[in-house]
Amino acid sequence: MIKRRITLLAVLAVALCVFVVIVVMTILSDLTAEIKHKYHSFIGDCVVGSKSLVGFVYYEEFMDRLERADFVQAVSPVINSPVLVNVTMPMGQIYSNRIGQLMGINPVRHSQVTGFGEWLKYHKQNVADVFTSSYEPNLPGCVSVHLALGWGDVSDTAEALPKVTLDITCLPLTGKGALARAGLGLINTRSFYVTDTAPAGLWRFDEGVVYVPFEEAQALCGMNLGLKRVNEIRIKFKPGVDLQTGRNKVAELWNDFQRAGAGREYGDLLTRVKVQSWMSYQRDVVSALDTERLMMLLIFTIIGFIAVFIVFVVVYMIVSHKSKDIGILKSIGVSSGNVAAVFLCFGFLVGLFGAGFGALGGWQFLVHINSIEKWLFEHFEFRLWDQSIFPIGGIPNQIQARLLIGVILSGIAACLAGALLPSIQAARRKPIETLQVSQL
Amino acid sequence: MANINEPTSKSTNEVILEAVGLCKSYSIGATRLDVLKDVDFSVKTGEFVAVLGASGSGKSTLLHILGGLDKPDKGRVRYRGADLARFSGRELNHFRNKTVGFVFQFYHLLDELNVLENVVLPVMAGVGVLGWLRSRGQAKKNGNQLLESLGLAHRSRHKPFQLSGGERQRVAIARALINRPSMILADEPTGNLDSATGNGILDGIERLNKSGQTIVMVSHDERVAARADRIVRLIDGRLV
Repeated sequence: MIKRRITLLAVLAVALCVFVVIVVMTILSDLTAEIKHKYHSFIGDCVVGSKSLVGFVYYEEFMDRLERADFVQAVSPVINSPVLVNVTMPMGQIYSNRIGQLMGINPVRHSQVTGFGEWLKYHKQNVADVFTSSYEPNLPGCVSVHLALGWGDVSDTAEALPKVTLDITCLPLTGKGALARAGLGLINTRSFYVTDTAPAGLWRFDEGVVYVPFEEAQALCGMNLGLKRVNEIRIKFKPGVDLQTGRNKVAELWNDFQRAGAGREYGDLLTRVKVQSWMSYQRDVVSALDTERLMMLLIFTIIGFIAVFIVFVVVYMIVSHKSKDIGILKSIGVSSGNVAAVFLCFGFLVGLFGAGFGALGGWQFLVHINSIEKWLFEHFEFRLWDQSIFPIGGIPNQIQARLLIGVILSGIAACLAGALLPSIQAARRKPIETLQVSQL
Repeated sequence: MANINEPTSKSTNEVILEAVGLCKSYSIGATRLDVLKDVDFSVKTGEFVAVLGASGSGKSTLLHILGGLDKPDKGRVRYRGADLARFSGRELNHFRNKTVGFVFQFYHLLDELNVLENVVLPVMAGVGVLGWLRSRGQAKKNGNQLLESLGLAHRSRHKPFQLSGGERQRVAIARALINRPSMILADEPTGNLDSATGNGILDGIERLNKSGQTIVMVSHDERVAARADRIVRLIDGRLV
């Protein structure tokens, strides 16, 4: 049976199924995990914030409470507002009215909560000085990614960074939601000089985000008028604190804080605040990734059924072809169970070799996938991943032993499942039906 | 369960196999064909019995029922007094493996195994995988001895398709003998062979019987049946 061509085809089919599952699952799982990790790094563990541009008051008091809590490691207040940006390049070119996202942060605090410090190109070791410009020390600095600098434009040192100016304009609002400084003109504009770049690896943020000093952003958005306001407080939990548990504890603290502040000035702003884990905060992305995973599972389930069906057909054909041999074996005393075991063993071997070869092929393909992509790009200008959208160093190819073993075992199980019915059919054959002269 | 592996001895009066009131019929479309009608039959230890009958008279059906390959619609088959109908599946497998040795008209060798592997197959079937690992050396030695005694020592590594009809039948006889069964049930063992080769096979079967082996052979050929100690005729489903 093992030497038959149809057996080799069955092994090949199983190997292909296993190959596809391992390659696709490894790439997509790694990519999904990487994207989730990047969102997590960008946001922190938990966000206390309001979607309203007005923000909320008494944030310093609540930050004090959070910092005293035993489950909180660090907190970072954030001003978060859409803005218009005019970019002036070193040679004088101007790119007007770009839409950007202003993020006012305290760089040290923000680095403790998010991956901001790690993303910086020039100030990893001195995050506190990230907004200090080397060429204009007295001018306010900012950190931008795509708005001011393309991927290839960054220089090796901060000193050699081209002098790019960002004129940031926003609409400052009062605590009641009215335009601030209405008598002085509606808009509020300030110039910043690019001092660093901090790509988080997420296109939707890197495309337009501009980090500026917290106080500057607060002033620009009118949030320093009267009672100071912020849009968000980002929180990092201590190691070992479960995300949902931590979020619930923050929500409890916030509810107490909100009740206590209900009668205070601008206390109504506190009612608009939500406490969300990073997953809930980026629900649209996380649910899309989960849907993608579900689709993947569905596709792989179909592939599994295909493998089962292929093995079923092959074993069924072999059982039909071997009915005389089954009769001979039974006539010499081989039990029905042992006859079934022979065909199950065949299914097992098809699964073992198919899954083994598929896994080996998948592993080798993943090991060399980046070289293959490079070769394809060099010779045919074909690129699987647009690196401007997926800023990843290479195609994810970290094979997990658990996944590999799981897929191999599933492949073998699928082959056993496929061989089961024909094996039972073989076991039930009566020797006399196949050994009669008329059946030969 | 009866002790089904007692050593054989030539021509005793002990009834080794007994069939009582066997009936068997087949349906072919709307037609019912009664193949065996109330057949009584017995074989003594060491006896060589030939069942003679025309083609389609039910000889093979009778042999299959005697060997536990088929079940009668009515009646009983007793081996050393034990009713085959009461055998469990395991006991029936043991009976087919250790007590009877089948020789078929069309040899029924496994094409993918070589001669020696075909011969030792019943040993493998009888002892299981672990038992086979322990006993394969002895089994192969016994198999080679049998092949030598049947003049096939030089063919042990050949595949069945490389052998002549007579050689294949001798391999089938070696396979039937490997577990030293109490009975050989031969279904037209020369039916597919030329006269000279058939005679050689019958000589071998006679020699076996002379050494004490109980043999039941079915044939449509008077001359073949004449080699037996006793001939019974199957006519219209009845033994006469």
